[in-house]
Amino acid sequence: MSADPAHNVSGAHGHDEIEMPHASMRDYVIGFVLSVILTAIPFWLVMTMPLSAGATGAIIMGFAVVQIVVHMVFFLHMTPKAEGGWSLTSLVFTIIVVVIMLAGSLWVMHHLNTNMMPMPHEPTSQVTGQVP
Amino acid sequence: MSAKTMTADEPVQFYDLDEHAHPEGHSTMLGFWIYLMSDCLIFAILFACYAVLGGSYAAGPAPKDLFDLKLIALNTAMLLFSSITYGFAVLQMQQGKVRGVQLWLAITGLFGLAFLGIELYEFHHLIEIGAGPQRSAFLSSFFTLVGTHGLHVTFGIIWLVTLMFQLSKHGLIAANKRRVMCLSMFWHFLDVVWIGVFTFVYLMGVLR
Repeated sequence: MSADPAHNVSGAHGHDEIEMPHASMRDYVIGFVLSVILTAIPFWLVMTMPLSAGATGAIIMGFAVVQIVVHMVFFLHMTPKAEGGWSLTSLVFTIIVVVIMLAGSLWVMHHLNTNMMPMPHEPTSQVTGQVP
Repeated sequence: MSAKTMTADEPVQFYDLDEHAHPEGHSTMLGFWIYLMSDCLIFAILFACYAVLGGSYAAGPAPKDLFDLKLIALNTAMLLFSSITYGFAVLQMQQGKVRGVQLWLAITGLFGLAFLGIELYEFHHLIEIGAGPQRSAFLSSFFTLVGTHGLHVTFGIIWLVTLMFQLSKHGLIAANKRRVMCLSMFWHFLDVVWIGVFTFVYLMGVLR
């Protein structure tokens, strides 16, 4: 690890100090205001239901993704350069594993349900795992 | 991980013989980040469980019958406030003010306790009306997912109190600064997980 060139460059300022992300008031305030907006709109959409359920669902999922990015950038101080890029690398790896796991679980279990369950045909296919 | 490029006159080295310094804590932040990523996988598994089992009500209550969105909105606000107050603690630390750090940590802890109190009230209410974890697969996975998050917040608060004692004993030494930054990552990470919980479990549950 000591021959990591990125580490030598970023560690140039301050020898005894541990390298830490620099936080600023501006970051926290922007992050907080964005989070409040991105939280309030989904709650408002679901509580008053001005749109159809499908559209509301898609919108609130989109807002959640945006808010997670906002938290990563403004609260967790995530930058491509943090820790010489290894933070971002591990994050990308984790996201890939999480997406495979979530999508794979849903896909496999959905197929098991539709293929294996001797249930009467109903439009609502939400009968996952019920004991008949 | 050696980024050294080989030159022709240098003998080929297959391992590192020279001693080099390992300053204390120089890789702690990255290590802690990787721990958080592994924690992320735990939550991903629990989210996947909930996604698969969340529709199995076993003729019991559905999310629509159980979730009180006003309470969840209040809970979300508590966690969001605790996030920015922790940010203020970090800013005070950068200015070297140990009293300020402790004050904002204490406020963060209070918001965290408020969050936990509301969540425990919700769990107590659900169990009381017969919608406990043993009622259906939906409720089992719900209690596991939300309970695991609550458990993380609990341990975060224990860590926070410990940190306040360490700060009052040793002040803003390098080790304590590092601890403040690690708990900062942990705390904001829990807020990130909560975004998933309130969107995917509560809001989508009520839509369903």
